[in-house]
Amino acid sequence: MMVDGVEDEEKWLAAGIAGLQQNAFYMHRALDSNNLRDALKYSAQMLSELRTSKLSPQKYYQLYMRAFDELRKLEMFFKEETRRGCSIIDLYELVQHAGNILPRLYLLCTVGSVYIKSKEAPAKDVLKDLVEMCRGIQHPVRGLFLRSYLSQISRDKLPDIGSEYEGCYTACESFILLADPELRLAVGLSGLQGPAREKDKREKERSELRDLVGKNLHVLSQIEGVDLDMYKETVLPRVLEQVVNCKDEIAQCYLMDCIIQVFPDEYHLQTLEILLGAFPQLQPSVDIKTVLSRLMERLSNYAASSTEVLPEFLQVEAFSKLNNAIGKVIEAQADMPILGAVTLYSSLLTFTLHVHPDRLDYADQVLGACVKKLSGEGKLEDNRATKQIVALLSAPLDKYNDIVTVLKLSNYPSVMEYVDSETNKVMAMVIIQSIMKNNTQISTADKVGALFELIKGLIRDLDGAAHDQVDEDDFKEEQNSVARLIQMLQNDDTEEMFKIICTVRKHILTGGPKRLPFTVPPLVFSSLKLVRQLQGPEENPFGEEGSTTPKKVFQLLNQTIETLYGVPAPELALRLYLQCAEAANDSDLEPVAYEFFTQAYILYEEEISDSRAQVTAIHLIIGTLQRMHVFGVENRDTLTHKATGYSAKLLKKPDQCRAVYACSHLFWVDDQDNMKDGERVLLCLKRALRIANAAQQMSNATRGSTGSVTLFVEILNKYLYFFEKGNTQINAAAIQSLIELITAEMQSESNSPDPAADAFFASTLRYIQFQKQKGGAVGEKYEPIKV
Amino acid sequence: MVLVLAIGDLHIPHRASDLPQKFKSMLVPGKIQHIICTGNLSIKEVHDYLKSLCPDLHVTRGEYDEDSRYPETKTLTIGQFKLGICHGHQVIPWGDLDSLAMLQRQLDVDILVTGHTHQFKAYKHEGGVVINPGSATGAYSSFTFDVNPSFVLMDIDGLRVVVYVYELIDGEVKVDKIDFKKTATTRLAH
Repeated sequence: MMVDGVEDEEKWLAAGIAGLQQNAFYMHRALDSNNLRDALKYSAQMLSELRTSKLSPQKYYQLYMRAFDELRKLEMFFKEETRRGCSIIDLYELVQHAGNILPRLYLLCTVGSVYIKSKEAPAKDVLKDLVEMCRGIQHPVRGLFLRSYLSQISRDKLPDIGSEYEGCYTACESFILLADPELRLAVGLSGLQGPAREKDKREKERSELRDLVGKNLHVLSQIEGVDLDMYKETVLPRVLEQVVNCKDEIAQCYLMDCIIQVFPDEYHLQTLEILLGAFPQLQPSVDIKTVLSRLMERLSNYAASSTEVLPEFLQVEAFSKLNNAIGKVIEAQADMPILGAVTLYSSLLTFTLHVHPDRLDYADQVLGACVKKLSGEGKLEDNRATKQIVALLSAPLDKYNDIVTVLKLSNYPSVMEYVDSETNKVMAMVIIQSIMKNNTQISTADKVGALFELIKGLIRDLDGAAHDQVDEDDFKEEQNSVARLIQMLQNDDTEEMFKIICTVRKHILTGGPKRLPFTVPPLVFSSLKLVRQLQGPEENPFGEEGSTTPKKVFQLLNQTIETLYGVPAPELALRLYLQCAEAANDSDLEPVAYEFFTQAYILYEEEISDSRAQVTAIHLIIGTLQRMHVFGVENRDTLTHKATGYSAKLLKKPDQCRAVYACSHLFWVDDQDNMKDGERVLLCLKRALRIANAAQQMSNATRGSTGSVTLFVEILNKYLYFFEKGNTQINAAAIQSLIELITAEMQSESNSPDPAADAFFASTLRYIQFQKQKGGAVGEKYEPIKV
Repeated sequence: MVLVLAIGDLHIPHRASDLPQKFKSMLVPGKIQHIICTGNLSIKEVHDYLKSLCPDLHVTRGEYDEDSRYPETKTLTIGQFKLGICHGHQVIPWGDLDSLAMLQRQLDVDILVTGHTHQFKAYKHEGGVVINPGSATGAYSSFTFDVNPSFVLMDIDGLRVVVYVYELIDGEVKVDKIDFKKTATTRLAH
């Protein structure tokens, strides 16, 4: 058994093969010339090569396979012989003459298989004899292969179950006998002591033998005669007995795995109790969780393969058996690392989801058991364990594609409690992705609340979390995901929607200044959408005292946007206030709109100092104010006055100029006749002109040239705008003089050319020309203007 | 034949979670030569997504854009046409076509693409064409209660541009098209 060197082995194998082939050649010749005696002589010699002890099982197997091929030919010859009249008994006699036991037995087996096929004697008697005889070979490898040969050649000779049950039963029994020694083999080997350097060799041989055993088990499973009952009553118990008795952890693990892989799933279902009963009896160091997981995986796939098999699962109470078994295993192995326990529960959960998708209570049970186990551990440190937990938690999400269903599992949030904040965030992102991908509707405040509790790792800083280690881009991505999530929360019932908004608000306000700029805007817009819904024709005039009104929502909005002060995020807050003001305008709530404007103005005055930001902000203010129709004269005047004041105080003159002429539109609203104050429009435009002039002078003084006339052309365009709208304060003469002013400026020596301004002026003049040519009232109006 | 996508006011994630799925499946990389974006994306992820559709991406700054470095206005020439982009919150009164015409004269472009109101418009005046692709996500707008997701695809071919507008109405994508022709001199004719 112990070989000295691989090269030597190769040599011996080659020699063995050579010898075998040489004798085979002579055997063939004898067969061709119908020389039985010679054929037997040479076959015996050929088989003598198999008597070697020098080869490892892997190499021996190669030799064996060659012999096997040759023996098939011999078998065919024997069949011919019997047909020609030679009796089997005689054949039996003849092969006994072989000198050595091993060749003799191989030949006997070969004849035996022909004997069985001929049906001259009952199959079971023949087999029994053969098995007894084969037992004689003590040598592990040689014996194994001999028995393997016997099982291989007689396998297909068994009569089928319908006709000879007796025979089948016993045949099966004999195969158990066959299987036993192989299992004892594993025992025998594991018990062997020897020098340390040969330990690796032993390991190798063990594994090779295990492969062979596995193959034999496979053969066993292929026998047609082994039906479910036989498997249940005889095969499985005996095999399991042997597995347990062999007490070798590697062998046990392998053999259990073999059994699971080799026999059909239906069998496993029906023998679940027996099979599971063996697990606690295995050596403690056996990797039960992997084997169990594989078993559950197989059964899950079986369940997924067709819905017709599902009732079977119910009938054998597969779930409760597996659940109990796992519970026992975990109890028995108290020091099993948490990774093992979670893996088991993860597999069980997957199984449950496949087999009993409608039984949320089963899934909940599994989670509950997992929580119990986790509660003894505290927060998890092991990376792989946390990965398993993520897998565990993702499984129901993948199965149901609906976080709402998953939230019905009462133990689900409890499992989340035990993961560290990093994992919570990972899981939260998984959940949000699932919601977005499946467009899940989360439509009640309770569900929203439960959801936000679940994803709290994203919503706020959890205790003990390492805040400084957060990567900025990751953080942004996470918060943007929360923002997108908020968009998905929707309910057409306005009362419920308001509750949802309040719930979300409650949660996001715990997020702290870093998160608010991301989470407040989506909430604000959600609320503004609600306000619109409340304004619809379905508005209930008999609404109860406590029901939601736009006013209530605006109050909430005010308080929410206020929180941005603490960030600080004044520019964002200003924009949101202006949006709310517009919405209040649509709801005809003058005081509310005024309040929002006031807040916006305060922010502008006190918090926004960057000049570029100021320019944008003032334009937003002007643009919004221009659209307000809800204000009475006084309020409007106050706000307008402030707006023009701010405009004139911007830092750069061009910015001032543009803001001021933008203000001109505050005095002229197209669709409201009482809002057309021609005088004040003109005042604004004139003021803008003065500023433009001043800009020119400044430029001349500081740079030596008067700079671009663009501003003047812009103002000219504004003149034309109001001229056309019918502002009587603006007449053709005013426009004419402005045109001349610009022309003069452009031609002046101190002016630096600006092609853009030139093009702008040119297209403006073209426009005037076009209007003149229009004819009718417009043409008339433009007539006096000369270009 | 040059395809130009005009898109904007997505307001992700403040007012919308994502582009409508039907739009996403229509917008595939490699088919469009230029993208013109009016602004208010508002986050980098949207920028990257648009860039993946077409590397020639032009964006102007909207008041909610995370990246403040986008320009206020931009002009570019595609074929025979000069195009101008501006978000539009800078032009007061908002959505006023005469004021937008002024901007168009100032930028000296044939086609002005602008946004902010979330309402699709394609308007021709003596100075050229003003196009508002609307909001690609149908985001909340203070301008109108009824916002349907929309975007515009322009097919520029010589002196002719065909403007296709894609609108998502009640779950279905509806397409409309408008033809504009430019005379060989400078001005656009209908």
